[in-house]
Amino acid sequence: MKQLNYIKLEFPARSVNEGFARAAAAAFAAQMDPTMEELGDIRTAVSEAVTNAIVHAYPDAVGQVQMRMRILAGDVLEIMVRDKGRGIPDVKQAMEPMYSTGGEERSGMGFTIMGSFMDGLHVRSAVDRGTTVTMRKRIRTKEPA
Amino acid sequence: MKVTSSYQDGRLTLFLQGELDHHQAAAALKKIARTVDDYLPQDCVVDMGALTFMDSSGIALILKISRLMDQSGGRAWVVNAKNQPLKVIDASGIDRMIKVEV
Repeated sequence: MKQLNYIKLEFPARSVNEGFARAAAAAFAAQMDPTMEELGDIRTAVSEAVTNAIVHAYPDAVGQVQMRMRILAGDVLEIMVRDKGRGIPDVKQAMEPMYSTGGEERSGMGFTIMGSFMDGLHVRSAVDRGTTVTMRKRIRTKEPA
Repeated sequence: MKVTSSYQDGRLTLFLQGELDHHQAAAALKKIARTVDDYLPQDCVVDMGALTFMDSSGIALILKISRLMDQSGGRAWVVNAKNQPLKVIDASGIDRMIKVEV
């Protein structure tokens, strides 16, 4: 798929950056003229992916989280969130609804919500090497007013 | 994210305002648990009318409130959730466990 535009961001895995990441994602996606609902979906999915990296990737240190967004031909937005942390030993289990190894402020619904709000979700992980979450969403062209 | 509350006749209403994510969730949970403890209400209404965004941290928060109320023999439910927060609630399926009034 032809890449039309992209951004790359890197920030430390601190929870204060969750709000920044979704605001940045919304600002980049705005050029695709999404509906309010699509924008809400993108903000939600980014919040989940970035929060997972912040909560789980680096238990003993503050590592780096990378976010890359691309606009692909055919009105497709691709979002990649990557960490170089401890990885997920069993991705299938981690993606099950209500499965969580986080604290009581986590519900285990993050991947379920990413999958339901985006058109495609792919998770690649290797223990002690990190996790990459790639999501795609097709932005529907609005009817002319 | 701001949490305010009002209490009348055994009913505690929690008003959630702003954006609720993981960064805000722990502090909000602590405040809510303390408020529920202070009033020991019969009913707890979670008013999401002024909540502009929530991710799955909001689901954890609702489940926690529901558990707190279960423990004291009370009931909890959600009211006024709009657009994005409502879509997260729908996707999570927690409306099978706790009443959600739109």
